[in-house]
Amino acid sequence: MAKPKNKNYYQSLSRNMVLSAIIVSFTPMLLVIGILLHQFKVSYHEKTYAHLNELVQKHKQNIDTFLMEKLANIRFLAMTKNFETLNDDEFLQRKLQFLRNDYGNVFVDLGIVEASGMQAAYAGPLKLGNANYKDAEWFKNAWQADSYISDVFLGLRGTPHFIVAVKQNESGREFLLRATIDFMAFNSLVQNLRLGKTGYAFILNREGKYQTQPAMDIPPDPDGFEFFWNAVEKTKNNILITKWTDETGVDSLYGVGSLKNGQWMLIVKQQTADAFSDLRRMYLLAVLIFLLGGAGIIFMASYTTRRMVRRIRRADQEKEGMNQQIIETGKMASIGELAAGIAHEINNPVAIMVEEAGWIGDLLEEEEFSDSENLDEFKRALTQINTQGRRCKEITHKLLSFARKTDSTVKDVQLNDIVTEIVDLSAQMAKYNKVTIETSLQKTLPYITISPSEIQQVLLNLINNALDAMEKTGGTINISTKISEIEPGHIVIVVEDNGPGIPDANLPRLFDPFFTTKPVGKGTGLGLSICYGIINKMGGKIDVQSEVGKGTRFRIWIPFQK
Amino acid sequence: MMTTSYVMLVDDEVPFVETMTKRLDKRGLKIISAHSGEDALKVLKRNDTVDVIILDVKMPGMDGIETLQEIKKIFPLKEVIMLTGHATVETAIEGMKLGAFDYLMKPCDIDTLVAKVDEAAKKKKSHDAKIEQARIDKLVLRRGYD
Repeated sequence: MAKPKNKNYYQSLSRNMVLSAIIVSFTPMLLVIGILLHQFKVSYHEKTYAHLNELVQKHKQNIDTFLMEKLANIRFLAMTKNFETLNDDEFLQRKLQFLRNDYGNVFVDLGIVEASGMQAAYAGPLKLGNANYKDAEWFKNAWQADSYISDVFLGLRGTPHFIVAVKQNESGREFLLRATIDFMAFNSLVQNLRLGKTGYAFILNREGKYQTQPAMDIPPDPDGFEFFWNAVEKTKNNILITKWTDETGVDSLYGVGSLKNGQWMLIVKQQTADAFSDLRRMYLLAVLIFLLGGAGIIFMASYTTRRMVRRIRRADQEKEGMNQQIIETGKMASIGELAAGIAHEINNPVAIMVEEAGWIGDLLEEEEFSDSENLDEFKRALTQINTQGRRCKEITHKLLSFARKTDSTVKDVQLNDIVTEIVDLSAQMAKYNKVTIETSLQKTLPYITISPSEIQQVLLNLINNALDAMEKTGGTINISTKISEIEPGHIVIVVEDNGPGIPDANLPRLFDPFFTTKPVGKGTGLGLSICYGIINKMGGKIDVQSEVGKGTRFRIWIPFQK
Repeated sequence: MMTTSYVMLVDDEVPFVETMTKRLDKRGLKIISAHSGEDALKVLKRNDTVDVIILDVKMPGMDGIETLQEIKKIFPLKEVIMLTGHATVETAIEGMKLGAFDYLMKPCDIDTLVAKVDEAAKKKKSHDAKIEQARIDKLVLRRGYD
């Protein structure tokens, strides 16, 4: 027989099952998520860097083109007209109007500046007709080159602007044609460049001054970007994409491109967190999926495992119960065999004793004993021996017939005979428990087609239960049979005791297998469930009524053929 | 009047056989005893006078049923009364089917047994008489033709 499994066995069984289910499901999930995320991260980084690179390159070109274009406009004007023509406010005014018509309000004003720094002619919104630029830095720089684009500065007018100037040499007479470029128009080239939530662009000159207005309330300290100059010059196409943490601890992506022949620097800056926000969202999503999936897996694994283990446990219990039942049956069978053997062995000596007594009786008949004064006493004793011998015979016959009827072959039986037989068998046991068994059997019961040994088993079970229940108190068991009035076509057997009764809480589970109130090792909890099964198989039914302190009544209905 | 009946008592329990022999003898029956089936057959082959055989069902070696079959094969006219220790109607019925005259349960009332033996002996003797008569008739008939 299998060892009874304790609680720990099932606990470790379910733990192992849950663990292996979780490991088997988690490993591929983690691998897939990890590999996908890594690939995604790599390609997303590549994409972001490439995008930034392209952006910087495009804007670098745009700005350079813008500046060169403005310079070319001025140069064209200066080369196609002589000084006399140019040195005329009205002419300049007309030209300015053309330029403004063609290029929008980029050009603010035009002016001719002589070598002395005096502005000879001027067209524009400000009254700068006689301004002297002799000391202005842009003037000094412009006079040394053919063409010049200044940094952004405030100048005489007090608003940020920058100057595009072309130097002309007309038969020894040198002069500058200069134009003021509207800062706002230029600024918009850069300021409109926005990336995500935190990305913006600005231009710095060599001195670390802003050439455009950074689209931030608090612009970063331009001195911090000094090292970009060297770095960007080392690159192949003067574009540098890098990640850098500034002094405030904010991690940002920088796209740097040099402008205006390396005099200016376009910086596109975006916080790393913002640039990779999609990636982070992806991470979050992955974590969420992982957590949800993981929770699902754990839940399902433990749920199905618990169900499975419960089923295994029930099967084990059933098996154990079956084993016990088989043992019980085997025990009964061997007891039956033993009883049959003993009965037969006893029967022969009893027969001899009875015969010997009979022989004595025969001899007493002879004349020589007829005068004996104890003749009557001898005869009485012999009769007694005969009677007791017959009693022994009855007992052995009963034992034999009980032991033999362990099969379930169906035959026509008279229920009252079976009841009487069982009551006789139990009477001795009942006497020890101070219980009397009474019967009231209806004489005219029809024959029923059932297995006698099965109905014997049912009755024995009920009587034994009643005897167990009244072990201490003693009492009466009443067994009655009659044709049922409630159920037509049925015989009803009522087994009633006046024992302690069954508590209400136990009544619904009374016929459940393994339900027992007897101490461990005393009852299997199978008796009544077997009874239930037997009666059910016969097409009958069994029920129970009980009241604590008053007694218990079992009723069995068995159908008969009319 | 009936002539004396010869009865053979077969049982493996020697004291039972002895007592029964005395008691039946006292009731005017001629008893020949045997303590096993094999024994009984041996004695029967030597002694043709036995009318009724009282046979115990449960015996070591050849049991009652086997002995009964053997007896009925060799001596179909001899009547057999089965004595059974079991309350087994089945064995008894089997015995009846195989040609036993009747069965009784042990321990049995001596008078019942004697009555049964008388009945069986009567039947056997009437069979014998009929056969005898038939033989005589045949003889007479043959002679008549001669």
